[in-house]
Amino acid sequence: MKELSGGKELYGMVIDLDKCTGCGACAVACMAENNLSFREDETDKLRTNTWMRLYRLNNGQHFPGTRVAYLPRPCMHCQHTPCVSVCPVNATQLDEKGIVSQIYPRCIGCRYCVAACPYHARYFHWWDPVYPKGLENYLNPDVSLAMRGVVNKCTFCNHRYQRAKDKAFLEERRDLKEGEYITACSEACPTRAIIFGNLKDPNSQVFRLSKSPRTFRLLEKLGSQPKVYYLTSQDWIRRQGDNYLKNEAARKVS
Amino acid sequence: MNETIMLKDEALIPEGLSRCSLFKFSLWIFILLLVVGWGLLAAFLIFWKGLNQTNMNDYFGFALWITFDLAVIALGAGAFFTGFLTYLWGKKELKAVINFAVMIGFICYSGAILILTLDIGQPLRSWYGFWHPNVHSMLTEVMFCITLYLGVLMIEYAPLVLENRKINANAFAHHFAHNLHQLMFIFAGTGTFLSFFHQGSLGGMFGVMFARPFAFRGGFFIWPWTFFLFIASAIASGPAFTVLITSLTQKVTGRKLVKPEVLALMGKIAGSLLIVYLILKFADTIYWAVVNLPARGLSFMGQYQGPYGFWLVVAELGIFGILPAIMLMNAKLRMRPGWLALASLLSCAGVVFNRFIFTVVSLALPVMPFDRLVTYWPSWQEWAPTIAFLAYGALIISLSYRYLPVFPQERELNE
Repeated sequence: MKELSGGKELYGMVIDLDKCTGCGACAVACMAENNLSFREDETDKLRTNTWMRLYRLNNGQHFPGTRVAYLPRPCMHCQHTPCVSVCPVNATQLDEKGIVSQIYPRCIGCRYCVAACPYHARYFHWWDPVYPKGLENYLNPDVSLAMRGVVNKCTFCNHRYQRAKDKAFLEERRDLKEGEYITACSEACPTRAIIFGNLKDPNSQVFRLSKSPRTFRLLEKLGSQPKVYYLTSQDWIRRQGDNYLKNEAARKVS
Repeated sequence: MNETIMLKDEALIPEGLSRCSLFKFSLWIFILLLVVGWGLLAAFLIFWKGLNQTNMNDYFGFALWITFDLAVIALGAGAFFTGFLTYLWGKKELKAVINFAVMIGFICYSGAILILTLDIGQPLRSWYGFWHPNVHSMLTEVMFCITLYLGVLMIEYAPLVLENRKINANAFAHHFAHNLHQLMFIFAGTGTFLSFFHQGSLGGMFGVMFARPFAFRGGFFIWPWTFFLFIASAIASGPAFTVLITSLTQKVTGRKLVKPEVLALMGKIAGSLLIVYLILKFADTIYWAVVNLPARGLSFMGQYQGPYGFWLVVAELGIFGILPAIMLMNAKLRMRPGWLALASLLSCAGVVFNRFIFTVVSLALPVMPFDRLVTYWPSWQEWAPTIAFLAYGALIISLSYRYLPVFPQERELNE
């Protein structure tokens, strides 16, 4: 994987699809953590701000052979980003720790990055953020609100990184310990299906899991080098992780 | 008595040319203004309430307006390419249409920029492209070039405005217009340079999207093949559009404005370039189908789904590609105004189809295997400014045709 710097940090995520129950706690936690607004009528799913979106997969077979799985899809924080280079105003950047950020006050809302992302991980703010009465008291003070007309996306809860770094600084440490910085979705997952951490730390769980033979990444053939790894032992799920020609075989688990 | 109170505008009409009555003209302008007003109302709603007034969504970030912008910028290429042929290539006979070609270019580019301001979520930040430019983005290059080129088009259009009978009576305006004419080859050259790049970059915008297999292409150095294909299709359809609008203006006004052999020459140029484009386009499509797509686990026919089916290829490359190329290369058909106009119309429709396919189909197709195809239909707030643009174009052409000496051969042809 291309490395931007010789730094010690490159954050990534591993999601075990065999453990995911599709409960949606990750999506709820993400919305609450990142001050994502919602409207009274959210039936138009093509305009819903779901930074962490759950896809329901099925193996396409009839009963009793039917199998279902859920695939939580945050931003892939690609190391070879389809979105960053296209932005005309440098409003989105890949930082040295591997996080693809979005600068709301600089974004002009051209949506070129939305078009370039094959994962649909980028969202346009179609409306001004409005919160039900009283809810504004519960907004996260560490997360800035995106105004109408700009693109927003999963930040791997970058503000939690800042907070962890501040704490480490006060304790006169330079490096973060494992688990000090994790995303809201991984914290909320009741089955520990979402593991987050430093992919460059050989002692981290995320490093170990990302090397598992059960891993695959979404649309690897496109060359975007996502830093979100999925785990599964089921070949039919793995096959849905990328496009294959009719007679082309996907990499099997064993 | 009536004559004294009736408004007259004869003093503004170029000498020796006859135009319809002011009443008829005013009525026509009034209708056009109504359509423009409808577009302005939609624009107001967009600025006030935001892009939620459109039917765009997170799958269709680009839609009708981008298709429209790409199409009119391609069709407006007649301005720079006719300028290039006239002033730099030495095709002096094209001076008969250069004014009109420049005017069409001005309409297309100014309209495209106006629509673009609606299309971005934060219109007040549109200048950020100049302040925080990302030099790696094709869109940055497009923003720079189309803005600068609109400036060039305004300079090219200015002498024509200054040649209005009343304005030209002013000595300064007269000399200024004359001097601008003398310098026009410089602006034609600048326009050619700028246009080549932004026409290309508009294609490059799609070709560089490496995670969108429908749009992505390999290429040469930093330029994907779509960069060159968009230039080729623009210079092929631009002259055809000039011929089409000239033919339409002749039909509406009932007057001969340009010698048929000049239009036929434009048609021949458009046809020859269309053939070059089609050869390149077929080569590109075959390589894409045989190499690019299978490398990403995709099949050619799998790229045409639902309403965006294979008929798009047949329409774009066959009916609106090969057919007009054959018609335009036939010398006898070129000399028949109706056939020439039809061939030009088909050629222009081809470039509109091409831009539509790159914009809409690229985004409609799911890339993740478990995702689904999405379709889209624009809201009235999207249609209104688009249709109003056509009225705006007709308005500029009508006013210019009435009050400016647009067609140098008109007097001779109607004596």
